[in-house]
Amino acid sequence: MPDDKRVAVLGAGMHPWGKWGRNFVEYGLAAAGDALDDAGIAWPDVQYVSGADTIRNGYPGFIAGATFAQALGWTGARVSSSYAACASGAQAVSNARAQILAGLCDVALVVGADTTPKGFFAPVGGDRKDDPDWLRFHLLGATNPTYFALYARRRMELFGATEADFAAVKVKNARHGLENPYARYRKEVTAEEVLASPMVADPLRLLEICATSDGGAALVLTSMEFARRHAGTDDLVTIDAVSTVTPRFPQTVIEMPYVSTDSGVTIATPGPTFKQSVALAAYEEAGIGPEDVDLAEVYDLSSALELDWYEDIGLCKEGEAERLLRDGDTAVGGRVPVNPSGGLSCFGEAIPAQAIAQVCELVWQLRGQATGRQVEGAKVGITANQGLFGHGSSVIVSR
Amino acid sequence: MSPAKTRVPAVDGWFTVDEDRPALLGSRCTSCGTYAFPKESYFCRNPECRSMEFEETELSRTGTVWSYTSAGYQPPKPYVSADPFVPFPIAAVELAAEQMVVLGQVVADVDVTELTVGAKVELVLDTLYEDDEHQYLVWKWKPVTGGGADA
Repeated sequence: MPDDKRVAVLGAGMHPWGKWGRNFVEYGLAAAGDALDDAGIAWPDVQYVSGADTIRNGYPGFIAGATFAQALGWTGARVSSSYAACASGAQAVSNARAQILAGLCDVALVVGADTTPKGFFAPVGGDRKDDPDWLRFHLLGATNPTYFALYARRRMELFGATEADFAAVKVKNARHGLENPYARYRKEVTAEEVLASPMVADPLRLLEICATSDGGAALVLTSMEFARRHAGTDDLVTIDAVSTVTPRFPQTVIEMPYVSTDSGVTIATPGPTFKQSVALAAYEEAGIGPEDVDLAEVYDLSSALELDWYEDIGLCKEGEAERLLRDGDTAVGGRVPVNPSGGLSCFGEAIPAQAIAQVCELVWQLRGQATGRQVEGAKVGITANQGLFGHGSSVIVSR
Repeated sequence: MSPAKTRVPAVDGWFTVDEDRPALLGSRCTSCGTYAFPKESYFCRNPECRSMEFEETELSRTGTVWSYTSAGYQPPKPYVSADPFVPFPIAAVELAAEQMVVLGQVVADVDVTELTVGAKVELVLDTLYEDDEHQYLVWKWKPVTGGGADA
C-alpha cells in the first residue's frame, strides 16, 4: 500500500478499564502518556491532538481534544474533538489520519476516555420529546439490551442459534481476557454460570451483556516518512483503512435509538446491511478481503452480537457463525480469533475510548506483545464497531 | 382503576385515541410516497427526494413479529415504572404495506414464551403510567388469536 494511503502507529497506550469513579481526564492522560512513551515521542512534538468526546462528563467531555491538550500542557498544537456515539474513537482516529495524509502534520495524538454511571445507559436528562433517545426510554422502556436481544432472538429463530451458543461466546471471551492487564473482568466463567445469571432481555442474561466502564485509550499516529526516520525501520504497524460510513436508505433493520425503521416502499433495500457496509468500506479502502484477516476485535455489546459480526465482517456466510464458534475457529489458537483482548465482555464499554482500544489491541497483537492472548504470526487485523444514530466504524491494521 | 381519570396519550400526535381501533399516525411524502413513523414534517428520508410536504396517514393496524424480547429489569428514567416493577415483553413488528418495523411493548398478560417470529399482532392502546388525574396511553402490540383481524 502506498505511503499516501496509510499512517504508522508508533505508540499505543491504555488506562485499565474498571469502575474507578475518578475524572475521565485522568484516564486519558495516563493512556496518552503511555502511548507517547511507547512511541518515544515527547508531548511538545505532537502537532495535532484528536480527542474522542464523552457526553456524560459535562463541557470538558464535549471538547475532549482541548481538555486533554490542556491537561498535557498547552503547546499550541492543533486540536479537534469528535463525537460519533460508540464510533467516536474511530472518528478521532479518522480525523488524525486525514490530517497526516493531507500533509498538514506528521505527528498526531488520539485520545479517548470516559467515566460512566452505573447500570443501564440512560438518555441525557431533561424533558426532551424531540429526542428519539429520550422517547424510546419514556414510551417503551427500550434499553440498549432490548435491541441486542431482538437481534439475538432473530438468530435463534432464523439460524438455530441456541442459548448455549451465546454462553459459549462469553466463556471464550472471558478466557481470552484472563491475562489482559487492561481488562476489567479477568475471571474464567462456565457456561453453567452464564446460563444461571439473571435474564435481562430475553434471551440475553446478565453475564452476556457488556457493562459500562471507566477507561482510557490513546494512539500516536505519524506519517510513514516520519515513522521510518524516527523508528529507523520499515517494519511498521500501519492503519490501512478507517471506515465511518453512514447507513444507506432505507435502513430496514431496527437500530438504537429508533422506535421504527425506514420504510422500504419507495427504494429497494440495498444489498449489504449497515453493519456489513461498515466493514466492506474498510476492506475496499485497504484493498483486501476477509480472507486476508488474521484476527478481529468486534463490538460484542452482547454475546450474541459477536456472532452477527462474524458474518458482517465476512468471516463466514450468513447463518454460519455458530458453526465457526463451535469449531473453535474464533478462539485464540483457531483460524481467525475474534476478540483476543477479551472484548467488551471483559472490558465493559468506555464509549469514546473503546474504538481506540480495539486498535491498541491489534497493534500489540501485530507486534507480538499480547502476552497470554497472542495470535501467533498475526499480520492483518480488523476492528468493527456500531453505535446509536447511524454510527459505526471499522479500522484495518497491518504489519 | 379510578373512573374519574382522564385517558390522554403519553405523546401527542403519534396515534389515534380510538379505544377500539387505534392506529399509529405516520407521514407519507406527497412527492415520493415514503412513509415515516413518527411523522416527518420538514425532510423526507429518501435521499433522492427533496420534498418537504407530507400527509398524515394511519399505519397498518396489524403486522407480523420480526423479533421479540422482554425487559427483565426496570428501565431507567424517563421510563415511568410501576412499583413494584413487573417485567414486560417488547416486540419489533413488520408492517407489510409500509415495509417498516415498529417497536412496541406487548400487552402485559402475554408471556415472552408465547411469542414467535412471524406471529400476527394487532395494535391496541394501553396505560403506560398514571398520575392522580390521568392515565397516559401508549400503543402496544397484542397477539391476534383466531385470525379474523383486519389490517
